[in-house]
Amino acid sequence: MSISAPERIWWRPLAKEEKIWVIVALCWAIFMFIFMIAWHGAGRQNNPSTTYRITPAVFAQEANDFIAKYKVGEDKGRAIVAPPAGGDAYLISRLWSFDPILVLKKGERYRLHLSSLDLQHGLSIQPMNLNLQILPGYDFVVNITPTEAGEFSLICNEYCGIGHHKMVGKIIVKE
Amino acid sequence: MAAEAKLRTCSVTGLQVHLPAQKLIMTNAVTAVVFLLIGTVMAILIALTRWPAVHLLNQEFFYRFVTAHGLNMLIFWIIFFEIAGLYFGATILLNARLAKPRVAWACFVLMLLGAALADIMVFTGNADVMFTSYPPLQAHPLYYLGILIFAVGALLACLLFFATLVLAKQEGKYDGALPLVTFGLACAAIIAVWSLAHGALTYVPALLWSVGLMKNIDPAMYRLTYWGIGHGAQQINLVAMIAIWYLLGTLTVGSKVPSQKLSRIAFFLYLPFINLGAIHHLLVDPGLHSPFRIFNTSYAMYLAVVGSMIHAFSIPAGVEIAQRAKGFTTGLFQWLRKAPWGTPGFSSLALSFVIFGFIGGTTGVIQGSEQLNMLAHNTLRIPGHFHTTVVAGTTLAFMGIAYYIIQLVGQRKLIWEKLAKFQPYIFSIGVVIMAVGMLSAGSMGVPRRHWDVTFADANLPVSLGERIYGALGMVGIGGIIAFVGALIFILLAVGSLLKGEKIA
Repeated sequence: MSISAPERIWWRPLAKEEKIWVIVALCWAIFMFIFMIAWHGAGRQNNPSTTYRITPAVFAQEANDFIAKYKVGEDKGRAIVAPPAGGDAYLISRLWSFDPILVLKKGERYRLHLSSLDLQHGLSIQPMNLNLQILPGYDFVVNITPTEAGEFSLICNEYCGIGHHKMVGKIIVKE
Repeated sequence: MAAEAKLRTCSVTGLQVHLPAQKLIMTNAVTAVVFLLIGTVMAILIALTRWPAVHLLNQEFFYRFVTAHGLNMLIFWIIFFEIAGLYFGATILLNARLAKPRVAWACFVLMLLGAALADIMVFTGNADVMFTSYPPLQAHPLYYLGILIFAVGALLACLLFFATLVLAKQEGKYDGALPLVTFGLACAAIIAVWSLAHGALTYVPALLWSVGLMKNIDPAMYRLTYWGIGHGAQQINLVAMIAIWYLLGTLTVGSKVPSQKLSRIAFFLYLPFINLGAIHHLLVDPGLHSPFRIFNTSYAMYLAVVGSMIHAFSIPAGVEIAQRAKGFTTGLFQWLRKAPWGTPGFSSLALSFVIFGFIGGTTGVIQGSEQLNMLAHNTLRIPGHFHTTVVAGTTLAFMGIAYYIIQLVGQRKLIWEKLAKFQPYIFSIGVVIMAVGMLSAGSMGVPRRHWDVTFADANLPVSLGERIYGALGMVGIGGIIAFVGALIFILLAVGSLLKGEKIA
């Protein structure tokens, strides 16, 4: 009975079924743990872990310099920017947009800098559904290599006030 | 002795019931149900807004009610009920008296004041910050103050629970080990102290910042301490729920735990390891490196998960042993077929156990693995996971035990017993439909806490595909069914306490 004090000696050895169950569970737990580490070698998608401290003002400055330097066009007032292959790219998150629209080349690697100028935001790249958290004060660097061409939507998935549902952006990947 | 005069003997179980404790258990439990009602009304309004075919609320009310829903359900309903559970485990199960009933009343008043203050701030539009209130998003100072007052009350109540255990030991109410259920509740209370300490680390700076005494809050640091309470509180729910599962097993079929040793080890494994898992909220945050993420999100090599696997064995095994002892020995599953499926306590146990284990626990471990988290973070997959843990799991188990508390502690018979038989089924079917809808919508990219996934107002066209509408329809329809199930429970609980036949 689980509601009364156990009999005096309750630490008897386990029955066979219990032992097997515990051992199987333990082995599975260790397997999953090792696999999560092994994926850093075997898998092609891992969480980015390069971060720098930065103030929103400095990030805005760097990103605007980047936009001015590599701007190739405009779409409804949003800058379209094509960073050099293998180089740095900046994406500003702010109330309520992701800027600029980036034009990337398939198969090339970019250092994508993510930060927010105001509240916390969530970068969600659709349709592959990759999601990263963006904080003000932190320059989060993602090494990203597009593997398919096409247009990808960016949506914000961290609540950021009343215009949250309007906060979108775009990445264009060209062959 | 004065203390002796305040006892009654329960006519059903023969246990001694300390009358001041009884009053406190009932007051806390009833208050919990009132907050459940508030949260439930919010729930249906939110579900009908996330169903694009209905899209009920405007965005201001939607975000406000999402904040209120999280707060009232995850904190107020569950913690008030858990405090009732702690008093129950420390007094009635031990035949003991509550150490200081007056302190317990003070705790209750603090919790109620804090909850009322926070709720007033939310409903007056002074705290549209979601349950997480991530800075730099800022709420009115009284919102943080309300939560702090509530947390102080809850912390004192946990300490009173420990004091009561010590007092019972001194008065010779138990010798050696605690009963398993009380042991489990004690583990939950220890985790509660750990979590509430993180609550202080989170909300004290937030309060100082909101009144201008602190200039800045580091958003990453806030997230770290916040999830100590935000997810720590869910681990209290987990452990308390498992203790309630053992209790329900005993009350409904006289379940006999196969190995007290193993079940106790399993509870113990939660203490050092379960709260590490709170870091899974930070897996895609800037500022952390992979070894830190992996060690923590795996609960130190999944040792806490091994604890859960042990309970997953012991609880059904306990039921099977008891049922076989009653003579249900034909075939492999007669014991299960002949189980009291019409007793709401048993069906709550079985449904909560199965849904929690097979949907809630597994989705949690999957979404909490370092890499897969990138596919789930902040999508509707996350609410899909925790509605099967904390709603179909914890809340349903608490509903199951509430049917006993009404009768054994509240001394009232249930009104509409027939309806009570169906309630756990209606509620859990609704939650499962809703949660599966959420999990599928989330895996197609639908974000959580989002007012309009058609992106009609956005200045760039965005489409998440046509299939999301089917999944979101499930969220709406499941939500309606779950709402009906929850409402039946609330009506039954309140109705029975007010109008039910008295049990001497």
